[in-house]
Amino acid sequence: MMTTPPLGHRPPVLDMSNVTKTFNGDVVALRDMNLGVNSGDFISLLGPSGCGKSTALRLIAGLSTPSAGRITWAGGQSENDLGVVFQEPTLMPWATVAQNVWLPFRLKGQSYASVKDEILDALRLVGLEKFLEAYPRELSGGMKMRVSIARAMVTKPRLILMDEPFAALDEITRFRLNDDLLRLKAKIGCTVIFVTHSVFESVFLSDRIVIMAARPGRVIREVTVDAPYPRDEAFRTSADYAALCRQASEALHEAMGEHA
Amino acid sequence: MSIAENQPLYDADDLKRFRAERFERFGKWLLPVAVLIAMIWLWDRIVVWNEIPHFILPRPGLVLETLIKDWPMLFNALLVTLQITLLALAVAVIGGVGLAVLFTQSRLIEMSFYPYAVIMQVTPVVAIAPLIFIYVDSRTAGLLICAWLVAFFPVLANTTLGLNSADHNLRDLFRIYGASRWQTLRYLRLPAALPYFLGGLRIAGGLALIGAVVAEYVAGTGGIGSGLAFRILEAGYRLNIPRMFAALILIAVTGVVIFAGLSFLSHMLLRKWHESAVKRET
Repeated sequence: MMTTPPLGHRPPVLDMSNVTKTFNGDVVALRDMNLGVNSGDFISLLGPSGCGKSTALRLIAGLSTPSAGRITWAGGQSENDLGVVFQEPTLMPWATVAQNVWLPFRLKGQSYASVKDEILDALRLVGLEKFLEAYPRELSGGMKMRVSIARAMVTKPRLILMDEPFAALDEITRFRLNDDLLRLKAKIGCTVIFVTHSVFESVFLSDRIVIMAARPGRVIREVTVDAPYPRDEAFRTSADYAALCRQASEALHEAMGEHA
Repeated sequence: MSIAENQPLYDADDLKRFRAERFERFGKWLLPVAVLIAMIWLWDRIVVWNEIPHFILPRPGLVLETLIKDWPMLFNALLVTLQITLLALAVAVIGGVGLAVLFTQSRLIEMSFYPYAVIMQVTPVVAIAPLIFIYVDSRTAGLLICAWLVAFFPVLANTTLGLNSADHNLRDLFRIYGASRWQTLRYLRLPAALPYFLGGLRIAGGLALIGAVVAEYVAGTGGIGSGLAFRILEAGYRLNIPRMFAALILIAVTGVVIFAGLSFLSHMLLRKWHESAVKRET
């Protein structure tokens, strides 16, 4: 099991400096966002709708370009920077579970046989090693999301972006996937930026919560979640957790209150 | 009353569903067959009761007799029509899919040519066919062009729609992973377009047959190598009404076989993953 070094002692992965994104020249989706992402971080972007969380993810993913400011990858950009999990599982319905997880390798020209072990490992980590040949329609919503997570981390990317991945799931499944996600993070030591609008989820998962406000989308405050990993059911019902949730919630209300 | 263990417990809803399923299973086949038999019987009775002469309306038995008697000639004609139909369908598939791929790869090409594809589609083939036979020397080539003209558009339109309907998040994912244009086409757009393409293909199959038959009517010349439509024309001139019916039946059966074949192909290709082909469990 990999252990994550404490905050402040981790090598940088990515730096966003004064990143602004406007649409049609005058609609400001994101204003002056600064964010340093270090290896092993689990950062939640938390805020109301329209606060630029998803815009920030799209900018980091390279799906759109900043109108101003810079996004810099430590040591330059490489082929294996990113894994992404969307709000929907976004699987190819015509492909089996194994073929879906193979996709990032396949697009790099690697044959199935050459990466079979990695695919199996990733599916084992999400508990789906028995479903290699299943088609997405045969899986439940939670299982599909697990496949999506396996696909995002199968190449062991430097950074995994998750855009409200569990928002459409029921609460029981969501809790289980939150637990699983932390277990995965402990096992493979990945770096994650996680977009959510759930205070509870962000506190449970992250070591840093970036609170954002809308119109224009911007960062209001960063809250450090100073609770050790592994976090489990006991943490979810602890007084510490409740206090952290209150703190994050107050910050969020402040963010929303200003422009409510 | 207590429930016996390990005993299936069927309630009124289950029984209702079982009955509905059984009715569905048998009704799907039995009802059309019953209607067919009733129609043939009625046809026969109308001819007999009204003493209609066979050169106006033959009895079904006579049509069957003619079908058997003229089988060598009709079968040859069927092969000719079928050949034109299948060739036209093949060319429509290659052309339609090829052009659809070009359209989705280049907006410039799509904007330039799509209106003309629509014009080709909306102009009735009967109106173009005479011109085609003036400029194209080979009769087979002329027939092929006419059949292709009507079969091509559904393949083009449906495939274009399918290629453009690939999930947006998946497209983003392909971009993030640095997929090339070819990879996106091969692994994302083409599989996403498959159900749409197959829908277009089923329509195109029927239209290719219609195109081939209409073109034969227009071409109008007979002799060796003429298809079913010409045999109908010829039989009409000779008041050989039973043969007209026999040829008509062959054309209809051919259409049904083409449709069923393409439906089966579609089912086989989609049955594992696509909603349209997946059996509901509940």
